[in-house]
Amino acid sequence: MSSLTTSEAGQAASARSKKRLTAFLFVVPLLAFILLTFVAPIGSMLWRSVHHPAVAELIPLTLAELQRWDGKDTPDRQTLEVFVRELHELDQQRLSGKLAEEFNRAYTGMSSVVKASARRVGRLDADELQDKGAETLLQAHRNWSSAQVWYAIQRAGQVYTYDYYLTALDLELHPEQGIQVREDTQIYLQLYSKTLNMALVITLFCALLGYPLAYYLAGLPENRANLLLVLVLLPFWTSLLVRTTAWIALLQTNGVINSFLLSSGLIGEPFEMLYTSFATVIAMTHILLPFMILPLYSVMRGIDPSYLRAALSLGAKPIPAFARIYFPMTLPGLSAGALLVFIISVGYYITPALVGGTDGQMISNIIAFHMQRSNNWELAAALGSLLLALILILYWLYDRFVGASNIKLG
Amino acid sequence: MSRSTTTSFSAFALAAALATASIAASAEDSLTVVSWGGAYGAAQKKHVIDPYQKDSGVKVLFEDYSGGVAEMKAQVESGNIQWDVVDLEVIDLERACSEGLLEVIPQDILPPGVDGTPAAQDFIPEALASECAVGNIVWSVVFAYNEKTIGGTKAATIADFFDTAKIPGKRAMRKRPQVNMEWALLADGVAPKDVYEVLGTPEGQQRAFDKLATIKKDIVWFDSWSQAPQLLNDGGAVLVQSANGRFYDAIRQEGKPFVIVWDGHVYDLDAWSVLKGSPKKDLAFKFIAYATGSKPLAGMPDVAYGPTRKSSMPLADQSAAPHLPTAHLDKGIQAGSEFWADYGESLGEKFNEWLLK
Repeated sequence: MSSLTTSEAGQAASARSKKRLTAFLFVVPLLAFILLTFVAPIGSMLWRSVHHPAVAELIPLTLAELQRWDGKDTPDRQTLEVFVRELHELDQQRLSGKLAEEFNRAYTGMSSVVKASARRVGRLDADELQDKGAETLLQAHRNWSSAQVWYAIQRAGQVYTYDYYLTALDLELHPEQGIQVREDTQIYLQLYSKTLNMALVITLFCALLGYPLAYYLAGLPENRANLLLVLVLLPFWTSLLVRTTAWIALLQTNGVINSFLLSSGLIGEPFEMLYTSFATVIAMTHILLPFMILPLYSVMRGIDPSYLRAALSLGAKPIPAFARIYFPMTLPGLSAGALLVFIISVGYYITPALVGGTDGQMISNIIAFHMQRSNNWELAAALGSLLLALILILYWLYDRFVGASNIKLG
Repeated sequence: MSRSTTTSFSAFALAAALATASIAASAEDSLTVVSWGGAYGAAQKKHVIDPYQKDSGVKVLFEDYSGGVAEMKAQVESGNIQWDVVDLEVIDLERACSEGLLEVIPQDILPPGVDGTPAAQDFIPEALASECAVGNIVWSVVFAYNEKTIGGTKAATIADFFDTAKIPGKRAMRKRPQVNMEWALLADGVAPKDVYEVLGTPEGQQRAFDKLATIKKDIVWFDSWSQAPQLLNDGGAVLVQSANGRFYDAIRQEGKPFVIVWDGHVYDLDAWSVLKGSPKKDLAFKFIAYATGSKPLAGMPDVAYGPTRKSSMPLADQSAAPHLPTAHLDKGIQAGSEFWADYGESLGEKFNEWLLK
């Protein structure tokens, strides 16, 4: 018909922008919520894993002096004197304990050394500090003469550091040899690979158990399928803790399963099931199964059964018809379910902590250890960031080879 | 549309402001006190919290936590102090105090004992060792067995805990290096007074891990003391480690046939402390002065924890006396809080590494 006049176009545009504004206002609460509860915590985690100003704030002058140090032997007298003065100051302000904690993290055993030395240095007056401060320090503990200790202090004094990432990868920085495998403790890589393994096994079990069930449900008439779906969803209405504890009751040495097997004479001695990785796998498979079934079911529901019938009537045998016609069409649901289950189980904490015992430990449990027990939040942040990176890489690989657009949640 | 949005927003803001104001008003004369819950928490409620509320008119919000300093660190770092007074294990206290998470408590606030003894003499010295806290109880990590499941040979020494030939079956231990490393060395024949010195050397640590390795496949690990009596009761383990009060409570209240073995027990103190920056610091100090008085402490033997004031013992239920850690000090060692401040983190890592082997 006729084209729009300028004013009509303007009106339409303003109506559109008004609509857009309204739409935006509707999502503002959600946006704010996500920023506050998701983006900000992750951001602060990433930031904390590389930013550690505590030592630099406590002994700035000593660290400045240490820049002249060649890394061999004890630092020169002037450096020691500056350090003693700062230590004296910290002792007066009751901050030497904080320094002790920080040094201890860099070099095990320094906590008591710093505290004892700070007490001795703190007793000196201004003149004594000038005359024999450095001697007092060296006499207080032999560690103060060690180049290794001062090297550790120098490293700890960096405001921006990647040392926590090195530790999280079982590496350490050696003054001469550079980055090398950590000498005394190697644990984190092992835990990462173990966590990935467990997550993979759990995903596999979920797929094996969930696929036939979803297939069966998809073939049922709507009302019966809905009824059975309620049973699938039922676990969601029960507390996670209750479901996990129920597994403890089932699996423990004198639990339901063992008592049954013993009384029926099938076994002579109870199985050790609780506090093993077996318990973690079975409990987590149970908990995560709905995440696999639901996307599978919704995708299968959308597949027209006539495709399979067509294949059969064109002469395909049932199994090849299923494998070549039906199965590929369910892949979007399968990959969505697998991705959900895998990602959730990689970071799972509560179930492994309760039923996992020793060999059912996952990386999340050691992160909790550093958060709660050792108070090393920087290392916990580095471990968490690596876990995040790992998942992003896996997702990227998945997108590369399978295609993320393939995912279908229903 | 936009008008109603503004109106509802300002209504919301008003409501929020009112809510904050009312919280602030009610918080004026209330105090948040955090402790361990369970039987110990119940005893504290009965002998400390309730009488204090009655005497002072201050409302006390009594909450539970499960140890560790993470929550405290989070509150102090963010400046959003929710807890005022916390009952800490001395093993954590050393670190919390040095990291600056706790207020310094002036010891002159502590009243003399009920018999007139000045506080400095009335308290056992360990209770006043830290400037950040006042010790209130002596408790102990012990192991116990169940008469029903132990079989013919009964456990009597810490060496028996590591002897699966003598006493077959599972052992339950808390999943951490603390106490377990000490026990391993004690069972391996290290003299009690040398335990921490040996544990400070790489060879000593290896020795402890080697000893633990001899029973590794028989160990059931748990994370909270409350799981321990359960494990002993349902046969999950034959010998179980826990706080002595947890066993005592199960024996006394529920009539469980548990027997506590005191050999090699590791005793420690719990202490009241105040979170740094608490807006109710002075009120918190007053609470601590009250809570560590002779009379409230005299109620702690109800759950087999020893009071830190000498003047409390005559006031306490005497039937509990033989079950207190203080009655068995010769058989045990004191937990080394300084040692664990030094080695807690590095041994924690090594311990986790060892678990995975």
